[in-house]
Amino acid sequence: MAVNLKKLTQNEDLLAGGHRACAGCTGSNILRQIMLTAGPDTVVGGATGCMEVVTTIFPYTAWKTSFIHSAFENSAATVSGVEAAFRSLKKHGDLPVEREKMNFIAFGGDGGTYDIGLQSLSGAMERGHNMLYVCYDNEAYMNTGIQRSSATPLGAHTSTAPAGSVKQGKEQHRKDLTKIMVAHNIPYVAQTTPFHWKDLATKVEKALSCDGPAFLNILMPCTVGWHFDTAIGIELSKEAVECNFWPLFEVENGIYKINQKPKDPSPVADWMQKQGRFKHLFKPGNEHILEASQKWVDEEWQKLLKLEASGAE
Amino acid sequence: MEQKLVALSGNEAVAYAFKQARPHVAAAFPITPQTEMMHKYAEFVANGESTTEMILVESEHSAMSAAVGSAAAGARTFTATSSAGFALMWEIVYVAASLRLPICMALVNRALSGNINIHCDHSDSMGGRDAGWIHLFSENAQEAYDNGVMSWRIAEHGDVRLPTMVNYDGFIISHTADALHMLPDEAAYDFIGKYQHKYSLLDVENPVTVGPLDLTDYYFEHKTSQLAACARAPEIVQAVSDEYGELTGRHYSFAEEYKLDDAEMVIVVLGSSAGTCKDVIDEYREKGVKAGMLKIRMFRPFPNAYIAKILAGRKAVAVLDRSASFGGFGGPVFTEVRSAMYGQNVPVHDYIYGLGGRDFDLSQVATVIDNLQNVASGGELEDVNLLGVRL
Repeated sequence: MAVNLKKLTQNEDLLAGGHRACAGCTGSNILRQIMLTAGPDTVVGGATGCMEVVTTIFPYTAWKTSFIHSAFENSAATVSGVEAAFRSLKKHGDLPVEREKMNFIAFGGDGGTYDIGLQSLSGAMERGHNMLYVCYDNEAYMNTGIQRSSATPLGAHTSTAPAGSVKQGKEQHRKDLTKIMVAHNIPYVAQTTPFHWKDLATKVEKALSCDGPAFLNILMPCTVGWHFDTAIGIELSKEAVECNFWPLFEVENGIYKINQKPKDPSPVADWMQKQGRFKHLFKPGNEHILEASQKWVDEEWQKLLKLEASGAE
Repeated sequence: MEQKLVALSGNEAVAYAFKQARPHVAAAFPITPQTEMMHKYAEFVANGESTTEMILVESEHSAMSAAVGSAAAGARTFTATSSAGFALMWEIVYVAASLRLPICMALVNRALSGNINIHCDHSDSMGGRDAGWIHLFSENAQEAYDNGVMSWRIAEHGDVRLPTMVNYDGFIISHTADALHMLPDEAAYDFIGKYQHKYSLLDVENPVTVGPLDLTDYYFEHKTSQLAACARAPEIVQAVSDEYGELTGRHYSFAEEYKLDDAEMVIVVLGSSAGTCKDVIDEYREKGVKAGMLKIRMFRPFPNAYIAKILAGRKAVAVLDRSASFGGFGGPVFTEVRSAMYGQNVPVHDYIYGLGGRDFDLSQVATVIDNLQNVASGGELEDVNLLGVRL
């Protein structure tokens, strides 16, 4: 499976322009990249959230494929229903248009995936539906006004865990959802970012061609919630990988593979310093939070290396 | 039409009714007393009697969500639940109706928590009465089966396209073996017909966006079209029931009128309690008391014009509510009936009874009829009364 840029760019853009994503949003970029790989025989389901809200507003839609939104916490369950309907209609000869195979993609933000939609996601993955779930992880509830989620990293300022005179943003580390999904023993789980287009397209292709459920966790820098210049979102997704904050890896049938190993990882504080949500951490007295962030990133990276090594044995 | 006389529980009867529609997809999660219905259905699938794809989800919220996805994909789809399971679905119960998806559901009526109670009352169904579904109630397994067969025709009718629930009382109907007549599979399917989907997500040649953001400029119009569908539904319910009556000899309408022609006093009731009322009414009739009963079958859409007409000129009406509306003026059935009777000089009183499966016995009906006689001759009675409870 070799992805090539020339071929990708010749595919039809299935997410039309004119949607209402913010200037500098990396989420629409993620969706377009996924859809370039998935192609037209695809049904997409979206959880309530930024990407759902900006791509549909009656009477308009940015989706050139079929799209369904039902609620916040149930995009996995909803798409599992679509997928089961496809199998049943095919079996009974009742499909509106004959197709041997179609792609079913559910997506949600980190709020709709790590938090309120976790049960629905877990159920759909365990049941083995032939579907891909994509989490666009911007590390907080951005659509409702930047509230903390279980994906928000330590120390980040959010509207429900703000930096103040006593508290310094979120007091917990982020949840490791990707590994929770690995624990479901599904055929394919991976992390990527919108900067790594080739990695992303390859992973979407693998996820859609495996037999059973697949999960992709995609880091989505958010200009509004992370407070950075609209021009640097994609750059920040690149740097998140270079500092080991967001490693690129995949788990195929339980075997871990790290797709990029930074030779000389940059300090995570360099990446954080470019984002207003961490601004308060660079004031005197908060060094320990930066240190804790670096320690966490280092430890998680070491764990990942071990997981990869154990699979190679 | 020759029909087999069988002995089945209400749950089994509805499982057969749904199977006869040859649904593409069923999504459900276990909850007492609905469980046996899905057990039976799972047996059909395991034995090859049904080719339905079953999605055995991890919660009722996901059951209704998967049903929405499936129905939007163009598949004939059903689910089944009770009580807290229906409450957990609640958010998506509205979505199903708003998206005009003709999902059928067996709602095996059970009290809502707390405290937790597994027995019958109607608080589950009544909690979702404004969600946009058609609510059919059943007195026994026969009616639950008949409503089950008819629910597909009603829900899927082009003028309706609304999800439809078949209500039957937990344990009293769901778990009691009852004699009923069942249509042969072929005849039932001929009556129900092949599903004609609209706007399938799987129609790759005509892709569709379902459930978009809908704000101040269009939402109200969409709700208005939903209201219009509800307004058209009663006519379709009647037409389907008439056709079913011709086929089976069992005739249904918005309600069953029991000894109403000359009745001066009327008990309005839903579900299995109607049978108890009929027995006591028969006794009073022998004593020359002109009592009758109106058993509402279609609670949503509420047949207000019909109710106003059928109850006009009566001397007294007693409404039996198997659920309470906390802080409201009487139970939900009372509120509707009394409102439908606005402008008429007919006294209407309410009784809250049978909560959490409390036995509803002959003596309670006798109390109601005694009170009706008192009211009919000018006596006083509280607007809202409690029946069969220690005070």
